[in-house]
Amino acid sequence: MHTALDETGSLAESLTRKRRGGWKDSLVARFIFLNGIAAIVAVALIFVFLLKEAIPLFKTVSLWRFLSGTTWLPDQNQFGLVPLLIGSLFVTVGAVIIAVPLGIACAVYLAEVAPRPVREILKPTIEVLAGIPSVVIGFIGLMIAAPFIQNLFRLPIGLTALTGSIMLAFMSMPTIISISEDAIVAVPKSYRDGSLALGASRWETIRGVVVPAARSGIIAACMLGVGRAVGETMTVLMVTGNASNLPNGLLGVPAYFFGPVRTMTATVALEMGDTVQNSPHYYALFAVGLALFAITFAVNLVADLALRRTRH
Amino acid sequence: MNKARKEKIVFALLSLSALAVIVPVAAVIYLLVSRGAPAISWSFLTEMPRHAMREGGILPALVGTACLMIGTVIFAVPVGVCAAIYLTEYAGQNAFTRLVRLAIVNLAGVPSIVFGLFGFGLFVLFLHFGKCILAGSLTLALMVLPVVITAAEEALLTVPKSFRDGSLALGATKWQTIWRIVLPNSAAGILTGVILGMGRAIGETAPIMFTAAAFYLPRLPSSAFDDCMALPYQLYVMSTEMFNPSAKMQWGTALVLLMLVLGMSLIAAVIRNRFRRRRAW
Repeated sequence: MHTALDETGSLAESLTRKRRGGWKDSLVARFIFLNGIAAIVAVALIFVFLLKEAIPLFKTVSLWRFLSGTTWLPDQNQFGLVPLLIGSLFVTVGAVIIAVPLGIACAVYLAEVAPRPVREILKPTIEVLAGIPSVVIGFIGLMIAAPFIQNLFRLPIGLTALTGSIMLAFMSMPTIISISEDAIVAVPKSYRDGSLALGASRWETIRGVVVPAARSGIIAACMLGVGRAVGETMTVLMVTGNASNLPNGLLGVPAYFFGPVRTMTATVALEMGDTVQNSPHYYALFAVGLALFAITFAVNLVADLALRRTRH
Repeated sequence: MNKARKEKIVFALLSLSALAVIVPVAAVIYLLVSRGAPAISWSFLTEMPRHAMREGGILPALVGTACLMIGTVIFAVPVGVCAAIYLTEYAGQNAFTRLVRLAIVNLAGVPSIVFGLFGFGLFVLFLHFGKCILAGSLTLALMVLPVVITAAEEALLTVPKSFRDGSLALGATKWQTIWRIVLPNSAAGILTGVILGMGRAIGETAPIMFTAAAFYLPRLPSSAFDDCMALPYQLYVMSTEMFNPSAKMQWGTALVLLMLVLGMSLIAAVIRNRFRRRRAW
């Protein structure tokens, strides 16, 4: 039996259903959701696929031998990650030493000091730098930077870890500058006013108040810059010489910087084309890819956490 | 007084750091233009290469890069825009949405060579596409997906909430509101993001070197299952693996590639500015 209340109830219900658009809208909503999770699917797919192609390597070489092995000689089935990891590490550390102080200084200058006309030149310049394809930077490194460094330090060859670090430093600058600048600009004006009112100079305010307040954002910026440097392929491939060496003890570190090195990214790029599918070498290159994926994933995760902290 | 002097010195040092960015960028652009411009002519852009890539033009590389770009747009834009719509219009403030955002950030951070490795393993070998434009476009699409999503999301967020409320109050469904109100009002911003993504895609080498690009082909690609030449890969091989390359070809290729990529961001910037000025709210 129908009562009036029932009827109004069902009327309201059908109205809301109409508002939501019924089956068509819910179908669209489902479709949109499927696209919404595309990024999750992509990351998961990449991870699973790399894992699937890397695991068979450990029938030939144990996981421990892969992670701790100090020789990378694919012809002799020796797949030790250490020289490649050290190569990536040194090139990245070199880039960080150059790019982080310079990038933060540039961000502080842009956000706090630069007069308007300078800012209007600097900002598009940074955007242009961010846009230059890595293969073009590698080309310039090869044609200009490598001979320059070879002459400057009287080296037998200009394709060195140092050359790579310098080029990578410039490539990671836009990331470091723009994200640090955002963090510095986001510091409330009242902080600066308070500090200035207490008699601090502008520089003292920047150093003692503004930069510390923007710390998490600046850390995130540097981490993202590191991530960019670790994963960069073409530039490094073109300018670091690609010899898989190890530093000769602690004293050998400077010599290592001035000699050719081979990074993880460059190894994959160089060797993937010549390898046979489903050979140990093929699996080993996927294992290197997996290691790269893991490293950049961790770096980005830390950066993301730091950025989240700045927003609260 | 001492304090003021110290400040002046520090600020001068800071401005030097700005010079350390501006001067190298200016130098790189100057070098590329001064050495590349003499190589560029109508025939350089419209002829096939001759004499083992030492003379002639770069037509096949231009066509290949254009094909890869179109393929990337076809795959990345619909998914990217829908993902952005999901994030701005549907997703709640919860752990799942956090996870989606984390995935986007991490996808953006995956090294380009890992995309190349993945695309080679999955599309070229596992799915038997072979080295072709389709495989390269899919790989590039995955890589630029975060760029498209982030830019489209930003564009969608510029549409005021009152627009959506007004539309819903008039009885429009959620999808009608998105389709007729939100998307038209954010189209210019989305287009900007798409163009930026394309600029990123055409400059990349590592994702296409095993999935699509060939160094020399005497023909233009005729289907999505053909491999193709591409500007960045051509520049890479000409400057590293080629014996006795022609400097004219190298610098010309580098300049054309740079102009294409920077041209894209310039177009994006122009659209963004015009749209901002025209916007009524």
